[in-house]
Amino acid sequence: MHNKTLAEIIAGLNSGAFSSVEITSHLLNRIRQLDPQYNSFITVTAEAALASAEAADRQRASGNAPLFCGVPIAHKDIFCTNGVRTSCGSKMLNNFVPPYDATVVENFARAGAVILGKTNMDEFAMGSSNETSYYGPVKNPWNIHCVPGGSSGGSAAALAARLTPGATATDTGGSIRQPAALCGVTGLKPTYGRVSRWGMIAFASSLDQAGPMARTAEDCALMLNAMASFDPKDSTSIDREVPDYTADLNQPLSGLKIGIPKEYFGEGLNPGTEQAVREALTEYEKQGATLVEISLPHSHLAVPAYYVIAPAEASANLSRFDGVRYGYRCEDPKDLRDLYMRTRGEGFGDEVKRRILVGAYCLSAGYYDAYYRKAQQVRRLIKQDFVDAFATVDVIMGPTSPSPAFAFGAKGDDPVAMYLEDVYTIATNLAGLPGMSLPCGLVDNKPVGLQIIGDYFDEGLMLNAAHQFQRATNWHQRTPEGLE
Amino acid sequence: MTIERADIEKLAELARIELNDATITETTRSIADVLALVDQLQAANTEGVTPMAHPTDAIQRLRPDVVTETNQREAFQAIAPAVEGGLYLVPKVID
Amino acid sequence: MQWETVIGLEVHVQLATQSKIFSGASTAFGAEPNTQACAIDLAMPGTLPVPNEQAFRDAIMFGLAIDADIARTSMFERKNYFYPDLPKAYQTTQLEKPIVGRGHVDIELADGSKKSIRIHHAHLEEDAGKSLHEGSFEIHGHGMTGIDLNRAGTPLIEIVSEPDMRNAEEAVAFARKLHSIVTSLGICDGNMSQGSMRFDVNISVRPKGSDTLGTRTETKNLNSFKFMEDAIALEVERQIDLIEDGGKVIQETRLYNGDTKQARAMRSKEEANDYRYFPCPDLLPIVFDDDYIEQIRQSLPELPDARRDRFIEQYGLSRYDANSLSGDAAIAQFFQTAAAGSDAKLAANWIMGELSARLNAEDRDIQDSPVSAEQLAGMIARLKDGTISSKMAKQVFDAMWNGEGDADGIIEARGLKQVSDSGAIEALVDDVIANSPQQVDNYRNADDAKRPKMLGYFVGQIMKASKGQANPQQVNDVLLEKLNALL
Repeated sequence: MHNKTLAEIIAGLNSGAFSSVEITSHLLNRIRQLDPQYNSFITVTAEAALASAEAADRQRASGNAPLFCGVPIAHKDIFCTNGVRTSCGSKMLNNFVPPYDATVVENFARAGAVILGKTNMDEFAMGSSNETSYYGPVKNPWNIHCVPGGSSGGSAAALAARLTPGATATDTGGSIRQPAALCGVTGLKPTYGRVSRWGMIAFASSLDQAGPMARTAEDCALMLNAMASFDPKDSTSIDREVPDYTADLNQPLSGLKIGIPKEYFGEGLNPGTEQAVREALTEYEKQGATLVEISLPHSHLAVPAYYVIAPAEASANLSRFDGVRYGYRCEDPKDLRDLYMRTRGEGFGDEVKRRILVGAYCLSAGYYDAYYRKAQQVRRLIKQDFVDAFATVDVIMGPTSPSPAFAFGAKGDDPVAMYLEDVYTIATNLAGLPGMSLPCGLVDNKPVGLQIIGDYFDEGLMLNAAHQFQRATNWHQRTPEGLE
Repeated sequence: MTIERADIEKLAELARIELNDATITETTRSIADVLALVDQLQAANTEGVTPMAHPTDAIQRLRPDVVTETNQREAFQAIAPAVEGGLYLVPKVID
Repeated sequence: MQWETVIGLEVHVQLATQSKIFSGASTAFGAEPNTQACAIDLAMPGTLPVPNEQAFRDAIMFGLAIDADIARTSMFERKNYFYPDLPKAYQTTQLEKPIVGRGHVDIELADGSKKSIRIHHAHLEEDAGKSLHEGSFEIHGHGMTGIDLNRAGTPLIEIVSEPDMRNAEEAVAFARKLHSIVTSLGICDGNMSQGSMRFDVNISVRPKGSDTLGTRTETKNLNSFKFMEDAIALEVERQIDLIEDGGKVIQETRLYNGDTKQARAMRSKEEANDYRYFPCPDLLPIVFDDDYIEQIRQSLPELPDARRDRFIEQYGLSRYDANSLSGDAAIAQFFQTAAAGSDAKLAANWIMGELSARLNAEDRDIQDSPVSAEQLAGMIARLKDGTISSKMAKQVFDAMWNGEGDADGIIEARGLKQVSDSGAIEALVDDVIANSPQQVDNYRNADDAKRPKMLGYFVGQIMKASKGQANPQQVNDVLLEKLNALL
């Protein structure tokens, strides 16, 4: 049962093959048994899930079933869930129980979904390995000595271990796509503004986007149907009709022009990864697509620009965590300054502190022009690269990450080495474009991800391209040993 | 751009984050590494390029002037670390 | 050494919108602590701002009223600093592209001279919450301060002047004019004691004739014209004394205490605070087209200067009176209502005189006057038509102030009608002449020049006999006639 996709679960529930209570209990048991090995969940909401499943079964019986009625999923612990602890992977919010729901959570509730729990993540979404969580690292189900990727490592690992058929996640510099690649699952970061950020704890406001993770492109399309909406509570939410993302999944790919950025196949790319990606591209050619070499000449500036802009925005977004209105508060502060210094010194982990300080530096008097302003100029150049490319191609493809999952501690005390994990994904966030990753191979029994980048609001086309690949191949069905 | 311990201490004060002595050296080093990374931006030719604060070209929607929120003090203060008489408590502030 | 004072003002005006600038929580004054602070105002994780259209309309109205440029595209920045009344630890404000650009405010001084004070710009921003230091909150023996975030998120317009003022009179005239403009526009309730308008005064001194600016200090959060006047005087004196004693003025932020009449430097705030302004990524550029702005211009209410000119023309008031009555929108409205029901000149006198004195004595605004404009009009009408004398009018006014009802009712109840019946007056005069033979003789024998003074005795007696209700003018006429007939 745990191998079923969301599409299969919806069909099974509709046909009466099984009930929501059955599948929910099954998954909860599995989580209980297996998750101690992977640590992919921070909070499991077993009681609420079963109650919800029961209600869903009754609702379905009365003939009134919305799309996800009784379907179990998990939420990344960055989405506020009313009455349920929302930690953002941090000690700072270890005791934070919000009295409100994120719009993404509301959307799935309205669609009838059953929530299994909140998945583990890098603290405040800052990381590419899920090693910075206050709740301990997440292990990659393909190889427990390796990282699952981050920041949505919990969602990715839970999917790979078949503990949940679908999970929400967020992507600021690659945090959906890179863990999807490292865990052999499918994940999509929509166009900036497609999914509401209300109730999604902010890291870098102009880069953050929420998106679906599942084991197939079709499942991601189903999830995106539920997740996407115009939200008047989010000023950056785009007022644009949400199409049915499953409608065009089966369009044939003949004539599809695929841009291959030469900058994404240069130094630093693992040879095994490159080979798997190139083989995947051959499959696309077989289906009638044309590969076109393109250039994104400012690619090398993406990581530096990101590591100015994201920390700068984060430094302001995280200033609210001060022990006054919610969250962690240091013990017995003797004056106001002490309250702030110790609450934040004790509540934040090292990576978060580092990024806040870098951000403050880049915005500070005397450095603003050289760093922040400069980075925003480079950002426009990077966006222009994509605009130029999409004038000649329909989608862009390449590797999601430079190599498969690496060992814990491998990036050691070298933050920059960790940052380079996102070298192929970051530009997409800077430009606000949609991007996704789907499994396309294995290297040393560790998954490799193919990245698809689309033009603004072209999620339908991207999912179509991914789905057609998944009909012809079975990388997305591979399962880590023992977890079938 | 070389960054030194004194700079880190000033930033930590600005960001209200206490760094303990043991880790300050480490933090200084790792931040210097990050700044070396971002210094790569300086080589870019950005003359005449307008900075891009938002990835979208959209403009701001304005909201009608209507009261939509009700009093939820109880719910919000149930999760507060220190409240009394409906007020949030902080160590005495002297102006 | 002759010194010149240079003054600039930064004025925070609280907009009278229903809801906050970035959230739908209420802005009503006086609510229980934290009952009007929603998730956005509390800076809860994941919350986002959405700007209030009315706040922009109000700002645009202000800009048009001061002849300023209105930005077709404006944006918000984050100003970062830590303080418990600032929940996000940044204030959302406008820096590079404020909604209102350069404009001017014209003031008139007591000697009749006029001056135009340049406005550098005006921008929208959010207000902070309040810290309550009184009270005995304590945790583990440490004194605590209580934070109320009801006010956090209230829309403010910050108006920044150029340093064009040269003395306290100009500064106060400017402040009053601003008060008059924003209340006339209806964008602010003008209630200074509730903090609807707060002034920060930047003061520096320099030798007369110099054109370089001295080091300035900022005195913050003054919320009355009187305090501003006093604070300016105090600071100018302090600076001049300091320099003349060989010292240097340090740039600092100061607080003035209106009760103790003393000022001091603020301790905590800006030890060279680096605000790290950057564009707020949660808010997009705000764009207005020419049509939108034109439509607002067409709907602007009457502004103070236009109203003053109209009062002069329509009601025949002197410039001084017109200035007094046209400045405050509430007073202007009161005057117009009172004048419509009676006589403009009399209404003007009563409002600027008796009513004003009473309101000041009881520290009331005209909105809280126990005597309404209609009631005042009613009394003035009776004064004008001779039903009551001006002495009686004072009694009627007192009675109305004490809640005894309308003029007609009071006149009736207390029998205050003037006696104007000629027969009755004649009878009174005859009586007093008959009863005062000695005084009549004195009058007859007196010099012409001395006679007018001697009438006072007879008038006094008549007033006593008539309990003050005899029509004084008639009494005088009849008395003179009869006395002169006896000469």
